[in-house]
Amino acid sequence: MLRKFLDKQGKAFEKGGRFEKLYPLYEAIDTFLYTPGATSKKPSFVRDAVDLKRMMITVVVAMTPAILLGIYNAGYQANLAISPILPDVQALNALTNWQTTLFLMTGLGFDPTSVIACFVHGLMYYAPILIVTFAVGGFWEVLFAAVRKHEVNEGFFVTGMLIPMLVPATIPLWQVALATSFGIVIGKEVFGGVGYNILNPALTARAFLFFAYAPDISGNSVWVAVDGYSAATPLALAAEQGIDTLNGISHLWYNSFMGYIPGSLGETSVAACLIGAFILIVTGVASWRIMISVVAGAFAMSTLFNAVGSETNPMMAMPFEWHLVLGGFAFGTVFMATDPVTAPVSNTARIIYGFLIGVLVILVRTVNPAYPEGMMLSILLMNVFAPLIDYYVVKAHKKKRMARYVG
Amino acid sequence: MASKTKEILLDPLFDNNPIAGQVLGICSALAVTTQMNSSFVMAIALTVVTGFSGLSVSLIRNYIPANIRIIVQLTIIASLVIITDQILKAFVFDVSKQLSVFVGLIITNCIVMGRAEAFAMQRKPFESFIDGIGNGFGYSFFLILTGFVRELTGSGRIFGIQLLPLASEGGWYTPNGLMVLAPGAFFVIGLSIWALRTWKPQLKEEE
Repeated sequence: MLRKFLDKQGKAFEKGGRFEKLYPLYEAIDTFLYTPGATSKKPSFVRDAVDLKRMMITVVVAMTPAILLGIYNAGYQANLAISPILPDVQALNALTNWQTTLFLMTGLGFDPTSVIACFVHGLMYYAPILIVTFAVGGFWEVLFAAVRKHEVNEGFFVTGMLIPMLVPATIPLWQVALATSFGIVIGKEVFGGVGYNILNPALTARAFLFFAYAPDISGNSVWVAVDGYSAATPLALAAEQGIDTLNGISHLWYNSFMGYIPGSLGETSVAACLIGAFILIVTGVASWRIMISVVAGAFAMSTLFNAVGSETNPMMAMPFEWHLVLGGFAFGTVFMATDPVTAPVSNTARIIYGFLIGVLVILVRTVNPAYPEGMMLSILLMNVFAPLIDYYVVKAHKKKRMARYVG
Repeated sequence: MASKTKEILLDPLFDNNPIAGQVLGICSALAVTTQMNSSFVMAIALTVVTGFSGLSVSLIRNYIPANIRIIVQLTIIASLVIITDQILKAFVFDVSKQLSVFVGLIITNCIVMGRAEAFAMQRKPFESFIDGIGNGFGYSFFLILTGFVRELTGSGRIFGIQLLPLASEGGWYTPNGLMVLAPGAFFVIGLSIWALRTWKPQLKEEE
């Protein structure tokens, strides 16, 4: 019945129809619901069920645990901050942002131990960001698809899911709209759309926010979704006060591993990222070589820094297992570094690429005094170098084969 | 105005723009466009230098030995730049301080050298002068456009006057920090090149 409905509506979108210009939108909905009717007409044929759509959906499935945990954690952090001031009505009334007002209407109460209250409260923040991302991103996608006469594909679906996970819950929605526009247009469409982009569009969007509206995405007052409440991320804490402070807080490593710490919406939980990594590796969607080598690079660099040591820079002493669980390290390793479009394509190049990301993350985290996190910048930087690494790996391979045959 | 003179004057504005068409003079366009004030003064300075260097080079073009012509052109341009720099220092000292080294760097600006070498060496003095002024206008247009966008979005001001009240001072506008950084100029210039080429498709290179 749905098929019939779509076919009937389809006529209006085809050539000469009333909504000819909106054909990409129709096509996107149609192929999202059904397998495309068109098949390859020329060689080479691939006999495999994995098409672009299947790949992208697998990525979204792999991200789901991190998203759910991120939503829960956003609410949990907010409730944790609000519940001590609950008896003070005046302080509560001072919380004027509409998400809090909306949550008050549900009557669930600010109970950090109630999973439902935390989840719903987190959803009050996550859902608007997601909606804005998809509305704005979808607008650009359809616009470019209509002008350039190509199709909207599922690549945007992944970008749209990623952007809300990379921002703090308190991010103003108009900034989400601007960043999404920037990520989609400058990060992807100017290069020709999905598959031609050099930089990861979601990370481009975050980089835009980071440089354009730094006070809303860094510092200590944005990570917990309560007005005027200030809480440093453990990574920032480590940069300021050193590793002993982290060790002094009970269960912090465990909480960081599970994701119950202040941070961006989807990046805090290493456990959820591991589940995602498992799904991605088993289905063969993402490269395990990249993930392993990022971790190896980070391990090598942090061990080196630990050995060097420093009197003035507490980050020098931060051991590897802390680097692993804090900030966006796990999230970036699993979902960002492995993006098939912006990572290299040959296996040797992937290992080099991943290793350098790992090295750079620790380098930025430790040596850079301006901001504690380095995952975004190091992945973007290596995105730019990915084609170069590929080029030299292929060249070296050619040389080896030449030597083998000529000799 | 004769139609040929008009063409020489107006051609570099959009059809053959030094910034958006030939992508020359980008370094100064990135550096001085954070504010309208500095963009405006820089635009005037460059237009004057390009115009008069075209005129001077063209006047003596038949006496310049071919193998040392670049040195002669540079000497003329350098003299003009020094005069401009001195005038700026005398009358608008603050802006001159902001522009710092970039006025001096007009000497190496590809647009000035390019016009002297490619146009003034072959044409009559008046045409060369008009050509220099036209190219200066082409440069100025994009410089002022970029300066306008960057100052307005980056700090909510135009010519230093607060048009958009800042959120940090009780208003509603949150300034875009990216626009104050040099990459902001890259994005503005890149997008305007995109817009210009969409408007005039003949500017696109053959694929």
